[in-house]
Amino acid sequence: MESLNADVLMALPEVFMLAAASVVLLIGLYTGRASETLAYVLSLAALITTAVLVYSTSASSESFAFGGMYLNDPLAQAIKLFACVTVAAVLMYARPYLQQRARISAEFYALGLFATLGTLVMASAHNFVLIYLGLELLSLCLYALVAFVRDSRDASEAAIKYFVLGAIASGMLLYGMSIMYGLTGSLDLAGINAYLAQSGANRIALVFALAFIVVGLAFKFGAVPFHMWVPDVYQGAPTAITLFIATMPKLAAFVMAIRLLNYGLQELLADWQQMLMVLTVLSVVFGNVIAIAQTNIKRMLAYSAISHIGFILLGILPGTDFGYAAALFYTVIYVLMAAGTFGVLILLGDREREMDRLVDLKGLAKTSPWFALIMMVLMFSMAGVPLTVGFYAKLYVLQSLVYDGWLSVAVLAVVMSVVGAFYYLRVVKYMYFDEADDVFQVQPSGLAQAVLSVNGLLVVALFIFPNALLNYCVQVLG
Amino acid sequence: MITLTHFLVLGAILFSIGVAGIFLNRKNVILLLMAIELMLLAVNMNFVAFSHYLDDLAGQVFVFFILTVSAAEAAIGLAILVVLYRNRRTINVQDLETLRG
Repeated sequence: MESLNADVLMALPEVFMLAAASVVLLIGLYTGRASETLAYVLSLAALITTAVLVYSTSASSESFAFGGMYLNDPLAQAIKLFACVTVAAVLMYARPYLQQRARISAEFYALGLFATLGTLVMASAHNFVLIYLGLELLSLCLYALVAFVRDSRDASEAAIKYFVLGAIASGMLLYGMSIMYGLTGSLDLAGINAYLAQSGANRIALVFALAFIVVGLAFKFGAVPFHMWVPDVYQGAPTAITLFIATMPKLAAFVMAIRLLNYGLQELLADWQQMLMVLTVLSVVFGNVIAIAQTNIKRMLAYSAISHIGFILLGILPGTDFGYAAALFYTVIYVLMAAGTFGVLILLGDREREMDRLVDLKGLAKTSPWFALIMMVLMFSMAGVPLTVGFYAKLYVLQSLVYDGWLSVAVLAVVMSVVGAFYYLRVVKYMYFDEADDVFQVQPSGLAQAVLSVNGLLVVALFIFPNALLNYCVQVLG
Repeated sequence: MITLTHFLVLGAILFSIGVAGIFLNRKNVILLLMAIELMLLAVNMNFVAFSHYLDDLAGQVFVFFILTVSAAEAAIGLAILVVLYRNRRTINVQDLETLRG
């Protein structure tokens, strides 16, 4: 009994989040749309409280609970904090958008909180079972969220594609896990690592299982050649949901990759490096090249996301602590940039239609100079231009590659970043040097605009003080 | 005598049928859902077989979780399918082509 209490206390953030999400769900069930504001306030309060709980159950070193299934360490703590803050910002952005379309209800917040719970579980998972459960909790909520605007043809098509490809990914991951379990006799990450370290199981069978696990991971990340769902989902989903999918799940995918590859399968480093190298090179090349051809800005940002995913995986590729830290830094910065970019698109959209064509941004600098400025900063940051933090994000990843001798991959990444700069700068050109085709009003919504301004300023501020965040990332993964 | 290898081969065959079903099927989304279930059941077969031959219960416990999650997954998949049908009056895989580029 004593030990159960201690276990539950360690998992308090998850327990609290589960209770809060259930309360929000029940509120929606019994009071309908009337209580949307209540659900919104409660969700924000739940996220903030969870973040405080995560911070207060601070573990300076690794501590385990539930028989080694649950791990609390600085990495888990960092991911949980970032996830809670991100989801809170996403809810603030998304609310005016969904309100305008008059379809918002408490279920949206409940699904968002359950998805966050999935990420919290994944961040602390130290066992195949828990990784799978956290992943599915996150994914199932995302499938439902994409289909959330029920009468949208595009959204329902995007949802079914996302669902089918996501389910294949889970199947692949599980198949890999089942073979790995059979070979090592353990579902526990430490147990697998210990088994791989002390004895030589059948190498070919291990690589066979590893390939399935990496394919599952790549599907969830959206790395080429397993990226088919990314553009369709980004384009088809309502912009507020795209914002959700573009941000928080990237943190979850990152922590899942670190747990599986670094904690569980560290001994197979040389094998997964080969696989990751193919994925990263393809993602960086195809993401940047295909993005040039897009006319829909959400689709363009989807291909840009694929290339950024390539960069995150490039950080994981060397398998060094600094590389992991650089990848975490990149993930956090990417989440910040994606939140801002989709935030601008959300605020610009009006009731009738989405602002999702590139030409819709024409003349934005005249109609709303502040949004245009923020968008320009974000585009420069995504391209990796100095004076924005995107520059340091790319720099650290490339540094970690060069330290470990992956020179040719680093050069290719730099070249493709230059190619990528073209379509980011095209957005800036549309905003500043073209005349608007039609006049549009920006929807005034105080809170979302304030969050957006903070978001844009952070991108510049972190350029001036990148070391604060980098040191934190290094310390977390040290 | 049925050995572990027999179960693994059966699992691999079922899994391959599931994957092939997803990629070859051009007709009906419901077939996709069935193929997905087949993939997960193949995984369950692997886990149970390994669990038996390793004499370790963890694998069978995992199977319970997979079964539960795949039930939830099927529920969400069918719900999305109903939404899709309401919006488009078709669940033909080939008609899902509005989003491309």
